Amino acid sequence: MKALIARDLRLAVRAGGGFGLGLAFFLIVVVLVPFGVGPEREVLARIAPGILWVASLLAALLSLDRIFALDFEDGSLALLATAPLPAESIALAKALAHWITTGLPLTLAAPLLGFLLHLPGPAYGLLLVTLLLGTPALSTIGTFGAALTVGLRRGGLLLSLLVLPLYVPTLIFGAEAVRRGVDGLSPTAPLMLLAAITAASVALLPFATATVLRINLR
Amino acid sequence: MLQVKGLACARGGVPVLENLSFDVAAGQALVLRGPNGVGKTTLLRTLAGLQPALVGDVTFAEGTGAYASHADGIKTALKVTENLSFWASVYDRAVPDDVYAAFDLSDLRDRMAGTLSAGQKRRLGLARLGVIGRDVLFLDEPTVSLDGFSVKMFADWMRDVHLARGGCAVIATHIDLGLDAPELELSPFVAASDARGGTDEAFL
Repeated sequence: MKALIARDLRLAVRAGGGFGLGLAFFLIVVVLVPFGVGPEREVLARIAPGILWVASLLAALLSLDRIFALDFEDGSLALLATAPLPAESIALAKALAHWITTGLPLTLAAPLLGFLLHLPGPAYGLLLVTLLLGTPALSTIGTFGAALTVGLRRGGLLLSLLVLPLYVPTLIFGAEAVRRGVDGLSPTAPLMLLAAITAASVALLPFATATVLRINLR
Repeated sequence: MLQVKGLACARGGVPVLENLSFDVAAGQALVLRGPNGVGKTTLLRTLAGLQPALVGDVTFAEGTGAYASHADGIKTALKVTENLSFWASVYDRAVPDDVYAAFDLSDLRDRMAGTLSAGQKRRLGLARLGVIGRDVLFLDEPTVSLDGFSVKMFADWMRDVHLARGGCAVIATHIDLGLDAPELELSPFVAASDARGGTDEAFL
């Protein structure tokens, strides 16, 4: 499993691996928003939590279809499925590699970009915490969606349609926690719900992903 | 070492082969013959466990099988050594040094796999079999895009290394590998069009 994660990380940073894709998209969206809505400090501060969360969610979505499609095309997925690695480990390793290449950089970049949107002071810590708690759910749910659409030509659109509704709870609680931080309210409840969604996704979805992979490889 | 009894297998919900029974002993290779579309790939995928059999049993010791498809499973952005050491660590082994010589990859070690020719990629894909050290191999057209010299090299490895140490192999191929191996013609086992295993499988 470690070998698979290491290989995926190495492939991501090599030419054509798409490591910076999500991060660049995130940066572009956040930089463009002030041009679109105008530079007023109050307006930007008001929408900043939502913009940052929506942008990171879409950025995570962008690289999902690569998770299994490339391995499927060159045949290594079938070889991996017959290797001593259980399909559940493959699912977990793929999700983890996706998180390290997408979720983690987004989490670390978000506070810097919050600055561009006049995000109020107390919300920075919360933004970091919510993204850290929420992005693993995005990666595991996305890996499940990628497994569902593996082998489909141009499966990217279907993948987005399948995965986006499942991302909504994470988005609602993540953005809500940051917004509460901005307003000076206690963010405990949305944070706990966010953590619960992530815990459930990480615990359960690798099994669903593994089953779907086995069916799609037939 | 490998026993197959009364096997029937399907492709896309349509039965293709039925009533297949054969044994492969240690140190023996079995060559599958048959025209295109007869079900060689389907049979190998079923044997390897990638898809379930309609009926029948496939028996070999757990954790001894390995599958090699038409596709090599090579990562073009990784070096030759990195490709092989990835598979070695997935199978929890070290890359044996002689594998590079056995598949004529010694001069290509540090090349990116993406810069290899089709035949060189194929040799790299086959070298994976020398790295993972599995006993029961299911090989689908292992010699596609290999030149005559490389085919002989692969046959030598199969005979002198793999089979000599007690492994066995089921190989689908259209050419003569020069192995002293029994052949199984698949045409007599083609499933009747109304064979069981019906078309509803695609909906389950």
